[in-house]
Amino acid sequence: MQTLVAYVENKPGVLNRVSSLARRLAINIDSLTVGPTENEEIARMTIVAHTDERGAHRLEASLEKLVDVLLAENISSRALLERDLALIKVAADQQNRPHLMELIKVFRARVVDVAPESLIIEVSGTVDKIDGLLEVLRPFGVLEMARTGRISMTRGNDLLRPPLLEVESSALESAGSGVK
Amino acid sequence: MKLTGAEILCETLTRLGVREIFGYPGGAILPVYDALGKSKLHHVLVRHEQGATHMADGYARASGGVGVAMATSGPGATNMVTGIATAMMDSSPVVCITGQVSSKVLGSDAFQEIDITGITMPITKHNVVVTQAGDVARTIREAFVIARGGRPGPVLVDITKDAQQATTQFDWDACAPKLPPKRIRNNHDQAEFDRAVELLNTAKRPVILAGRGIMLSNAMEAFEKFVRVGNFPVAMTLLGIGGFPAKDPLNLGMMGMHGEAWVNNAIQEADLLIAVGMRFDDRVTGDLRTYAKNARKIHIEIDRAEINKNVKVDAALIGDAREMIENLIPHIETRDRSAWIRYINELKGDSAVRDIQSLPDTGHLYAAHVINDLWKETRGEAIVVTDVGQHQMWEAQYYHHDRPRTLITSGGLGTMGFALPAGIGAKFAKPDSEVWVVVGDGGFQMTMSELATIVQEKINVKIAIINNGYLGMVRQWQEFFYDKRYVATPLVAPDFVALANAFGIRAERITKRTEVTPGIRGAREAGETVLLDFRVEQEDSVFPMVAAGASLHDMIRRPHNPLVETASDA
Ligand SMILES: Cc1cc2nc3c(=O)[nH]c(=O)nc-3n(C[C@H](O)[C@H](O)[C@H](O)COP(=O)(O)OP(=O)(O)OC[C@H]3O[C@@H](n4cnc5c(N)ncnc54)[C@H](O)[C@@H]3O)c2cc1C
Ligand SMILES: Cc1ncc(C[n+]2csc(CCOP(=O)(O)OP(=O)(O)O)c2C)c(N)n1
Ligand SMILES: [Mg+2]
Repeated sequence: MQTLVAYVENKPGVLNRVSSLARRLAINIDSLTVGPTENEEIARMTIVAHTDERGAHRLEASLEKLVDVLLAENISSRALLERDLALIKVAADQQNRPHLMELIKVFRARVVDVAPESLIIEVSGTVDKIDGLLEVLRPFGVLEMARTGRISMTRGNDLLRPPLLEVESSALESAGSGVK
Repeated sequence: MKLTGAEILCETLTRLGVREIFGYPGGAILPVYDALGKSKLHHVLVRHEQGATHMADGYARASGGVGVAMATSGPGATNMVTGIATAMMDSSPVVCITGQVSSKVLGSDAFQEIDITGITMPITKHNVVVTQAGDVARTIREAFVIARGGRPGPVLVDITKDAQQATTQFDWDACAPKLPPKRIRNNHDQAEFDRAVELLNTAKRPVILAGRGIMLSNAMEAFEKFVRVGNFPVAMTLLGIGGFPAKDPLNLGMMGMHGEAWVNNAIQEADLLIAVGMRFDDRVTGDLRTYAKNARKIHIEIDRAEINKNVKVDAALIGDAREMIENLIPHIETRDRSAWIRYINELKGDSAVRDIQSLPDTGHLYAAHVINDLWKETRGEAIVVTDVGQHQMWEAQYYHHDRPRTLITSGGLGTMGFALPAGIGAKFAKPDSEVWVVVGDGGFQMTMSELATIVQEKINVKIAIINNGYLGMVRQWQEFFYDKRYVATPLVAPDFVALANAFGIRAERITKRTEVTPGIRGAREAGETVLLDFRVEQEDSVFPMVAAGASLHDMIRRPHNPLVETASDA
């Protein structure tokens, strides 16, 4: 599994281009999240792909060839913080509710909705943590689940910022690779 | 100045230096055609939109500039798909402009509405829908920048009818291209560069693998100097042909599936491969597990995504080929490589004897004869545009190209039907050059309707049909790998001479070796298009051949006497 971060133009169709590219390269995507950044014109993606380092290099370099992708980087080998968020609706009756509450506490999850026959649990953390909670909830009956997929960020001073300077103007038309 | 979107399009194309547009009209692009009529642009009416894209592609490949194709929405746009994919696979800068239904009905399955940007997403470098007249000029200017920048490729701009019709203020300076901010990668890695220099200066048995990137970067001069200084033998990819003169003693010839045996053997025995602007296609490497096992590899390549894709390399120099080579030259120490070059020449062995050109004239007409005579008659100076199949490989083997952009052929997609329209495009790019279309009887029948385009445009191209009565390349595979079960490869063709005449084109049938040279001479002397129908041996095969998936040194060699191998002798 490889993790890539991409900054892309925040406009329609870009997600389609990115997923279409991965499909063309025959790289399976495990999760792809996209959301706005502090700059509203730029969105940030975290892409988790089933591939090896070589595949990740190809994906990274191919992503950067897309006009709408400002930067793509394989961050798999760096010190990372990763988060996944899940909402899990689990069957709960009067009898097993206390036991459930106990587990939720252990996993530092939260109950965000209570109904007579079910609870919605919100949990965030690493993929492993959420998988772990899911495992113990299964016997109670998981009725519904929604997960965001992973977002990742490199730790500390290891900054990954989008390039800001707009590539300007008619200088582009005379540039190029000696091909006129 | 207030103009319509359609007028802005024509004005923008004119200012970008476009002279010809290859296209076909229809409802959704009619406003543009109306504006075209009032502009200085010359519109070439094709007979099928696939032809328009191949013409634009041929134009781009012959000129080194950008080719422009145009079509209406729906079926016009979908007919372009094959041509766009062809351009994509061979990194050819083509801008395709399609009409689209009005933005108000987009998404409603309107008449002739098709999601052409969705369809062409994986086969374009970039594509865009334009829904506002005010966006036309900037988008087209950006399309040109994208098509030819970095690793070139096709760009499609889909313009809704209302955007063509709407009127807006036009100000050239205010609509300069503005592309998203990109990370500037500093690809220069000094350690990598030093390693490359070290490898170049210590190699005992180096071979350069020269690809199309040399021409795309206009690196021919620097490349020749690099070769000369380092005394490096050079092997060519199919698409690299022309980037380094065939007559140069250091030019070994073509590598790969149908490359000459000594070239492939030299690669297999090399201790250093220097790949320049080539992408290690599987037709070039054969089985990757046995490919050049004892060689270190240097890859000079503009596209990071190509590095280590098929072949793992020891030093990657990422950037424009010319720049990289110019940087390297001062560091190259001249070495005496006579022993290695002598060895490669010994590898040639009896190949020259087996070569069909050395065989006595028995009255049989082989495609190789035709191509070789064509080369001699044109002194290697024509632009040859080939289709896909056996004739394509014989052209690569027997026509020796000394100048860049004189062989135009579909390599990556291998698109039959490419040659005739691409040849027309090449002629528009180089009106003063002699253009020969070399095409099989199968591929010719795919796009032969473009003969009408030739007549309507009154242009002068020479057409050589290598007529073997078969889908020859596929027949060859059936002969070698399917016990000669010729399923769906024998091919009935019309009388090509009568067909050409029906279009108003001069034509001649040639069946004997002795008629070849006079036929070619007659065609060259004519100031108009001439079609020659060469009736060649039907069951001739292309040698040598590395079977798909086999090792590069594991070649099916030329038989000692091909004359007895053919059906008509049996
Ligand atoms: C029937 C058939 C048989 C074939 N048999 C053979 C065969 O025997 N031998 C053979 O060689 N081919 C053969 N081919 C063609 C083959 O499929 C490939 O198309 C061909 O090998 C590609 O050559 P290339 O890598 O030089 O060009 P391309 O595929 O065009 O690649 C060009 C490379 O150069 C890079 N580049 C672009 N611009 C620059 C720049 N400015 N600076 C540096 N790099 C740049 C690109 O990124 C790319 O990686 C055959 C095709 C057909 C249809
Ligand atoms: C559009 C398309 N369809 C099918 C093929 C597969 N194909 C490759 S070569 C070939 C035979 C070409 O026959 P012809 O044009 O007569 O040329 P020849 O090989 O006989 O010289 C075929 C069918 C292809 N390359 N392109
Ligand atoms: Mg044929």
